[in-house]
Amino acid sequence: MSPQRLPARPGEVIDRDRALAFTWNGRAVSGLAGDTIASALAAGGCRVFSRSMKYHRPRGILTADYWDPNTLLQVGEEPNVRAGHRLLEAGMAVSAQNAWPSVRWDAKVLTNLGGRALSAGFYYKTFMRPRWLWPAYEKVLARFAPGGVIDAGSAPRRHDKRYAHPDVVVAGGGPAGLAAAVAAARAGAGVLLVEHEHALGGHLRWGTKHERSIAAALADAAQVAGVEILTDATVTGRWEDNWLAIVERGGAGGPERLIKARAKVLVVAAGLIERPYVFAGNDRPGVMLSQGARRLLNLWAVRPGSRAVVWSANTAGDAAAADLEAAGVAVEHVDARAGCTVAAAQGRRGGLEQVVLSDGTRLEADLLVTAAGWTAPTSLLNMAGVRPRYDPAAARFFPAEPDVPEAGTVLSTGGISGDGSLDELVGHGEATGRLAAARAATLAHRLQVATAWAAPVDGREPPEAPDERTPLGRDPHPELYRSSTDGIVDLSEDVSSRDLRHGAAEGFDSVELVKRWTTATMGSAQGKLETVNTVAVLADATDSTISEVGTTTWRPPFAPVTLGALAGRMFEPVRISSLHDLHVAAGMTPIQAGQWIRPEHYGDPAAEVRNVRTNVGIIDVSPLGKLDIQGPDAADLLSLLYVNKWRRLAAGAVRYGVMCAEDGVILDDGVTGRLGEDHYLMSTTSSGSGAMEVWIQNWLQTEHPDWRVRVTPVTDAYTSINVAGPRSRTLLERLVDDVDLGPEAFKYMQVRRGTVAGVAGCVMWRIGFTGELSYELHVPAGFGPHVWQALLAAGADLGVAPFGLEAQRIMRLEKGHFIVGQDTDALTKAPTAGLERLIKLDKPDFCGRPELQWALDGEPGAEDPEALPRLVAVQPTDPAYVPPEACQIVVAGSDGNERIIGRITSSRFSPTLERSICLAQVEAAHAAPEGTLTIVGTDGRRRSALIIAHHAHFDPEGERLRV
Amino acid sequence: MLLVPCPHCGPRNSADLTLVGESESRPDPSATTPVEWRAYLYEEHNPAGWTRETWYCRLGCGRFFVTERHRGQNRFRNPPLGAPDESARRR
Ligand SMILES: [Zn+2]
Repeated sequence: MSPQRLPARPGEVIDRDRALAFTWNGRAVSGLAGDTIASALAAGGCRVFSRSMKYHRPRGILTADYWDPNTLLQVGEEPNVRAGHRLLEAGMAVSAQNAWPSVRWDAKVLTNLGGRALSAGFYYKTFMRPRWLWPAYEKVLARFAPGGVIDAGSAPRRHDKRYAHPDVVVAGGGPAGLAAAVAAARAGAGVLLVEHEHALGGHLRWGTKHERSIAAALADAAQVAGVEILTDATVTGRWEDNWLAIVERGGAGGPERLIKARAKVLVVAAGLIERPYVFAGNDRPGVMLSQGARRLLNLWAVRPGSRAVVWSANTAGDAAAADLEAAGVAVEHVDARAGCTVAAAQGRRGGLEQVVLSDGTRLEADLLVTAAGWTAPTSLLNMAGVRPRYDPAAARFFPAEPDVPEAGTVLSTGGISGDGSLDELVGHGEATGRLAAARAATLAHRLQVATAWAAPVDGREPPEAPDERTPLGRDPHPELYRSSTDGIVDLSEDVSSRDLRHGAAEGFDSVELVKRWTTATMGSAQGKLETVNTVAVLADATDSTISEVGTTTWRPPFAPVTLGALAGRMFEPVRISSLHDLHVAAGMTPIQAGQWIRPEHYGDPAAEVRNVRTNVGIIDVSPLGKLDIQGPDAADLLSLLYVNKWRRLAAGAVRYGVMCAEDGVILDDGVTGRLGEDHYLMSTTSSGSGAMEVWIQNWLQTEHPDWRVRVTPVTDAYTSINVAGPRSRTLLERLVDDVDLGPEAFKYMQVRRGTVAGVAGCVMWRIGFTGELSYELHVPAGFGPHVWQALLAAGADLGVAPFGLEAQRIMRLEKGHFIVGQDTDALTKAPTAGLERLIKLDKPDFCGRPELQWALDGEPGAEDPEALPRLVAVQPTDPAYVPPEACQIVVAGSDGNERIIGRITSSRFSPTLERSICLAQVEAAHAAPEGTLTIVGTDGRRRSALIIAHHAHFDPEGERLRV
Repeated sequence: MLLVPCPHCGPRNSADLTLVGESESRPDPSATTPVEWRAYLYEEHNPAGWTRETWYCRLGCGRFFVTERHRGQNRFRNPPLGAPDESARRR
């Protein structure tokens, strides 16, 4: 390894005064600020950067950029760093991947290129049988798999996301893209310019002094014009209506950011990617593309070799030869346009020593530069529906028509569109930018008109701008894909031209098939370098043309995106009630229920149950969904939503109701109280409150827009407190003056409005989810803490104490109240949950009526009632055994095998009954009261249980709540 | 991501809305048959052509509205602005 850094060169991007120390495979080395990792290593004389994926052949720099398939390295704990692109930083620990024991001496090397051991379809053929060996195969394959090492213990990173709404996004900051961005911005458009590399200018950056000065002038103009410029960023996907994914790389140590941009017009100016040539030994270190050689030489002043053969079919290759010669490299310039091609690159130990030409000439060289032609990265255009079309005269694909997609909101310019002098490219870019700005203005006007339907929009719609650009020409170029010899087509995946021919011979003769069979184009370069060669080799093998074979489908992402950037930062808000701080101070154990943070208990849920059953407890039920319903047609709405009747509910009364979907499945339940003539307060379950609001709006807006009724969500407007227990009335009487709480004046299932602890406008309804005498208070939310504290203070001598969600769940199970979504599921129709008597079929219409009618009447179309599960209350024979929820219930079949007939849906140990209690869903045939069930525990043991007559395990007559 | 033309909010990201389904009339619940009712509940026609659809503007105005979308080309034919169509309906 001898140093290859040349004396200062005009246009170099390195800072010779700032040396950066780093390590390469553990050895201390150094580079310069401005180097990429690969250029720094190359400057130090490194020629072998990696081992190839399957054959473990040594590999060196090919393109010296992002798409280089041979310079994926491990940097610290980050695997698969693209060393041709990533800028060097001091202290980086860089090492080779996929090499053992070292990148120079790899134990797994297989030099027999195309040997049957690893031929096309090798994985499929070798590792299919026997099936029982799959786990062993996986271990072997994992050792051979490429890629670096992930440190599972590395610190998590925070990735942000950004949303952008530019008028015009220009993908590519080369001359045409820059000119387009400047012209669009000068025409008044907001422009976002996205450049893949670290600096603007495209291929001008490693060009002549004149070219570099043009690039600098355009970049300055972009700044002045107010273009927002992103470098080291890629437009990586395009979807409907120019919804774009832009990945903004953070460099070393910095997290990637995903930008979701809605552009009015997308300009694709992605330039051209140089194509490798396929011949024997084309993957040897020392074989380089002309752009790679020029980048090394002109950007980083690295001499890519000392004795070069430059085989060139175009002016870019000729320029590389001139650059090398000027830098003192001995150059043999072979003109591909004269018909001579490269047949082989040869050497010992994976190095390059001589080049064999098709006419038999042998040339000594340690560097072979090829300039065989270009691939147009039309990916973003293809994502917009444009199909690439092959032009044999120019030896590359072009967009089918200049600009087809979506009413002209996706345009292309630069190398993708055609060839030309620098002036012509800039001129085409400018015209494209002006067109983009004009079309964006038209679209902006339309969007404004569509948005501001109630407000007048200034001005008239700008006329849709016609595309009057002078099309770029197409330079003739020889079709150069594969020599007479075989070589590697896909360097990332180690797929050779022979593999492709074998694939075609085995019947995988379409490009989409042979791609999947051989994995060609499926590696880290994702087809950027190898797609067209794959197509050409396949065309050759199947005796067809490149146009007939066509290309594989380009799909997002164009450039890879880390999972962290896709995930972004999680923003999941939680909801807390106005009493949250008081619960914390009282030592609650919190539990997240849906979005809500709620007290699960305050230390001892069983004690909380006993206190409610003997004294009085208070629970925060603020998450309960609450809807204020007003209007003359409110009763019609309730009648439609619930399966039971509502028209004759008296003012001052509350009623329990169940809602079903149109398929008869239970959707939600709760109580609704009539506060006044046309005024109701509806409660829904906590988890269902959002969905119920939408459900109700759907009915009102689509089926009954004529109804005079307004529904307002008031969940957060009230702090809801349930005061439960035999002493609850005594406690409330101390705080309420304006409502008679006497048992005759304020009965079970009634509602009153009054003043609690001095707070006016409270709604009180007397209901009993816990099974005790209880009052649910809905207090204007700001006064929640005051009322809560007043209750605790006023009831100290009564033994009042807060209770949490767990105690409430125990008590509701003691009472046999089901929870929608826990004891019912997506198949539970109202009759199967024991709600037959609630369903009133004499109403002409309500949600789910037809299904419920068929279910109840057994009419044609009804399911077999015996096959449907029923909700039953169950008590295990062993009172100490609490079967975990979801345990199965089985019955012995006639054939001796057990059959599942149901499951436990809720289970708790009841402190009141001092035994285990359950709700279960069981097939109707086995659901009769007094029947015995067999529960399969999580330990596999069978235990017996008894079905009890009523859902309520405790106080089935409800005497306690009617006192 | 598709832009959905909400007649009240203007074009919005489709992720801001919910596609309720194809717009069909709800059968008369007192006269319907199981076959007709379940077709209404479960069947989508999903042609590769123009389809009347009901959308719910979940993160915007909260309104339900009907629009026409070409399901083959994934683009909208905007309906006249104004009140939601009578035959827009739930699923
Ligand atoms: Zn809207």
